[in-house]
Amino acid sequence: MPSLIDIRRRIRSVKNTQQITRALKMVSAAKLRRAQNRVIAARPYAQSLRELLENVAAAAAGDPDLAGSPLLANREEKRVQLILMTSDTGRAGAFNSTLTRGAEKFYEEHQGEQELIAVGRKGRDYFRRRLRPIAGEYIGVLGKATHADAAGIARETIRRFRDGEIDSVYLIYNEFKSVMTQKLTMIKVLPVELPEKKETRDYIFEQPPLEMLERLLPRYIETTIFRGMLETTAAEHAARMTAMDAATKNAGDVIDHLTLTMNRARQAAITKEIIEVVSGSAALD
Amino acid sequence: MADFSLTVATPERRLVDERATEANIPGLGGYFGVLPGHAPLLSGLGSGTMTWVSGGQTRILAVMGGFVEVLGDSVRVLADNAKPKEEIDRAKALELLKQAQQALSEHPDQWQDLTEALQRAQAEVDTAAK
Repeated sequence: MPSLIDIRRRIRSVKNTQQITRALKMVSAAKLRRAQNRVIAARPYAQSLRELLENVAAAAAGDPDLAGSPLLANREEKRVQLILMTSDTGRAGAFNSTLTRGAEKFYEEHQGEQELIAVGRKGRDYFRRRLRPIAGEYIGVLGKATHADAAGIARETIRRFRDGEIDSVYLIYNEFKSVMTQKLTMIKVLPVELPEKKETRDYIFEQPPLEMLERLLPRYIETTIFRGMLETTAAEHAARMTAMDAATKNAGDVIDHLTLTMNRARQAAITKEIIEVVSGSAALD
Repeated sequence: MADFSLTVATPERRLVDERATEANIPGLGGYFGVLPGHAPLLSGLGSGTMTWVSGGQTRILAVMGGFVEVLGDSVRVLADNAKPKEEIDRAKALELLKQAQQALSEHPDQWQDLTEALQRAQAEVDTAAK
């Protein structure tokens, strides 16, 4: 049986851990609320942009030059780029391993050369350890992701696609479903698959539809990446909150158990001492 | 009086969502006015000061690039960036404008990108002055 002092020391240690997990949980809860608000704030633009793209795509469908649009070019997938979003820090349960596993699966399913753009430290570290080529990394941007960050990633990606350095681009991120669940999501970013629309409206086009379309597509890609960043951030905080909540509870259970063991040990020691006193005095009689 | 719904959104947030009776929007090809019952229209958004009348009051907003859709009862402005007058730092905007002018005179070959930067800075300065 471990000594009383040892048990006390362990209880103290677990209590310290519990304080950390509890603090992390509370911090994540606050950050989650902020991240959720940002997801909601970004929705109207994304929604309207998508509808606009549908309308413009429908109007541009008759244009013979449409197939020549550089961001719609379907080429054989010789070089594939994957943008993987992960968190920068751990302690979020299976959050990051779900993402890296998703990326591994993607690698298995896609032929040809593959390269990785890592948004978030965890994904970069994972694939660096496995000696995979990393074409670009964006560390520390997810915490306070701005649209400018997303636009920067999008611009570089679009340039490489236009120049023929890569033939297609995919994005993997975790979508925020609820505090308890995140959904691994994969989207094909480039070449852009134009959304279909059944009914068309007759708009007055100030600029030719194709010209509008070519202005819209980069924005659309930026918005897709931006949304991925916001969703991943919200999902990350939600996952961390859940994980840290469980950890805090578990630490509580361990403390309860240790306290019980400690009391039992203390009681045993007292009983032993009484027996010693009693049998000592009995020996004197 | 007839009115229409006006929304202005940037990738990060929605700035305006209200009923308006008239609007004046900087399109790519110049400013155009919108009154209730306007024909459906799609246009690129230029940089400049957007004004609209809501509840009898005239409001303004600096918008910088993007798209406009006029459809029936609603006008949607999707701006790359937009700033209400209160958020504009006049001194900083002037500084940016000066930088943009400087850059343009030094690299006339990149006029396309630089003119856009110039117009965006100009939009902020103009809006701040109103």
